[in-house]
Amino acid sequence: MVEISGAKALVQALEREGVEAIFGMPGGANLPIYDELYSSSIRHILVRHEQSAAHMADGYARIKRKAGVCFATSGPGATNLVTGIATAYMDSSPIIAVTGQVPRAMIGKDAFQECDIVGICASITKYCFQPMHPREVPEVVKKAFYIAESGRPGPVLIDVPKDVQQESAEMVFPEIVKVRGYSPHIEPDVAQVSRAIDLLLNAERPIIMAGGGVHISGAFAELQALAEMLMIPVVTTFKGKGVFPENHPLSLGPIGMHGHAEANKLVTEADLLFAIGSRFSDRSVGRFDEFGRDMKIVHIDIDPAEIGKNKQADVGIVGDVKVSLRIMLKMLASRMIRKGEGEWESNQWLRHVREVREYYRSIIKDHPREVTAMKALKKLRELLPADAIVTTEVGQCQMWTSLHFDVISPGTFFSSTGLGTMGFGFPASIGAKVARPDVPVVDIAGDGSFNMTENSLAVSVLENIPVIVFLLNNYSLGMVAQWQRLFYNRRMIGVDLKGMPDFVKVAEAYGAQGIRAESMDELDKAIRRALSSDVATVIDIPIDPEENVFPFMPPGKGLKDTIVAA
Amino acid sequence: MTWRIISALVENKPGVLFRVSNMFRARGFNIESLSVGPTEEQDLSRITITINSDEHTTEQLVKQLRKIIDVVDVIRLPLDNSVYRELALIKLKAEDPTTRLEITNLVNVFRGKVVDISKRSMMVEITGTPDKIDAFKALVEHYGIIQLARTGVCALPRGVVHE
Repeated sequence: MVEISGAKALVQALEREGVEAIFGMPGGANLPIYDELYSSSIRHILVRHEQSAAHMADGYARIKRKAGVCFATSGPGATNLVTGIATAYMDSSPIIAVTGQVPRAMIGKDAFQECDIVGICASITKYCFQPMHPREVPEVVKKAFYIAESGRPGPVLIDVPKDVQQESAEMVFPEIVKVRGYSPHIEPDVAQVSRAIDLLLNAERPIIMAGGGVHISGAFAELQALAEMLMIPVVTTFKGKGVFPENHPLSLGPIGMHGHAEANKLVTEADLLFAIGSRFSDRSVGRFDEFGRDMKIVHIDIDPAEIGKNKQADVGIVGDVKVSLRIMLKMLASRMIRKGEGEWESNQWLRHVREVREYYRSIIKDHPREVTAMKALKKLRELLPADAIVTTEVGQCQMWTSLHFDVISPGTFFSSTGLGTMGFGFPASIGAKVARPDVPVVDIAGDGSFNMTENSLAVSVLENIPVIVFLLNNYSLGMVAQWQRLFYNRRMIGVDLKGMPDFVKVAEAYGAQGIRAESMDELDKAIRRALSSDVATVIDIPIDPEENVFPFMPPGKGLKDTIVAA
Repeated sequence: MTWRIISALVENKPGVLFRVSNMFRARGFNIESLSVGPTEEQDLSRITITINSDEHTTEQLVKQLRKIIDVVDVIRLPLDNSVYRELALIKLKAEDPTTRLEITNLVNVFRGKVVDISKRSMMVEITGTPDKIDAFKALVEHYGIIQLARTGVCALPRGVVHE
């Protein structure tokens, strides 16, 4: 057997996993790996900051539903990845972060660019590897992908000392790996599924709460079939936004802090909540003690630790969402249960659902201006093809998207919903575009967030990955400003960005297209130009800094306390 | 709130104890004692954890432990069907013959051992349930405890365990 270096084994192992792109930045401690990348078929996408490399890998992973890979050197390169890794961890996204480390003999000696990235990442990764001999590398990579992608996905770190990259050994590339302490629960307990069906059928006011697990398992068709078969209205968590077509008659949209008012109201009125691939986050359900007190809860999740973590379930099903829903659909079919459209008239709960939805949709008030976030987003929806991929930054822009941008084609929307990372959307959209180059990819941004990672424009332009930045520009850190207006007696501090920089010029400086849209007509033209552009486009849309996001469930309150309008 | 014992089999490699204890800290679990040591299998260690908590918290702790990749198995040990022991070394002030005799007698009653003796102190070794060690400690406290070290609980279920 021929001996090859640890670095070569690493790159070959990545090729064997079918990796098509790596987002990264080289440095002293990962040069041997980069030297092997020189002759590899894998595309390397050079980033301008490692945080963005992790977000790109994350965006790629969420659309491809396969692990995304990012590279960084030791020390600051590795610590710059941390925010991106934590973002992926909170949203159960599979990324493989490969970091260089100082040579083995230097570890623990406070060497130049040394940091204990394995220690730092312990609580924000599913697992960390640090191969201490080159022959471990092929198995480590295989295990890393297996752990990252299976069960409840999550980020995995591989920290490779520089001399392990350089040293050669005889390598065995395993086809299958086993991890003794790890076996994801895929198949649900059929008896539990049967109990869940009984509760669903006996409920008078059932509601489905679909979460991110539906997206991760790709159970869009199964969810829709179930909802239609039993005629159960569907709310989603924000992470689950768009797992059910938002123009469907049974769709009530996202619940939560900035959920749809009708969704927040109806979810508290249900007598049975069927939570599918959701973790009952505080952001979705408000107060744990208040939410779901008077209803039965059926909960499916692939992670056993989620059952009963924040809310006790009457029936808990541990299993893959798609597999579990398929079993449920089969059982329902064998029991000849199928409800129809006629339920909208005959079923009191559905009649009530329709009334409540119509009521809340009729009282939505827009901000008095020609161009508002709501109008801009509705225009974007009108012009964007249904299969376009949309992500967001974090803050008001994100919550307006939750409220006013309907996701029609399931699985085409994602956002940093758990960690809420400003600066996530733009690099993540680049990653998503690498995963799906055939469809338009849009980052709905705010000026504060976009400013954090706008240097990825260089990556977008130079690597020919054209995405659209739909920038709702209110010259401020809008969500913080909104809280200061509502809860801090308008004592405004640290929120005014004063229109700096000029984002049209920023776009142009990077060789991208920058368009300012100050009227609805200009916006219409700008979106059309962006959609036909070969380079990235930043559409700068000035809006009123005083425009708030409503509805709003105040922090520490329950869904019933949702403020519908100012 | 009840006192409970949890026993985890984990991979015997660097960083595992860190990952386990880091999870306790990150998720706010309060641990009473934790002991780690080798097992019948060379590449596995056993971590024995005692906590004082309610059923819901215990269940969550077990689930979160199971989630850690390097944790191979987790069981809850019922107090009435497990053997559990802790070892304590206690160094006491003992400057005169009467005190030494008294301490030695107490140690015998508790089936402990005197393991070191100097002009001004005695070190005793007590093995047993944490309650027994607490009881002994309470009895000898007035002599003056110079130093005390406890191992934390080590436990196994009674009878044959079927996998």
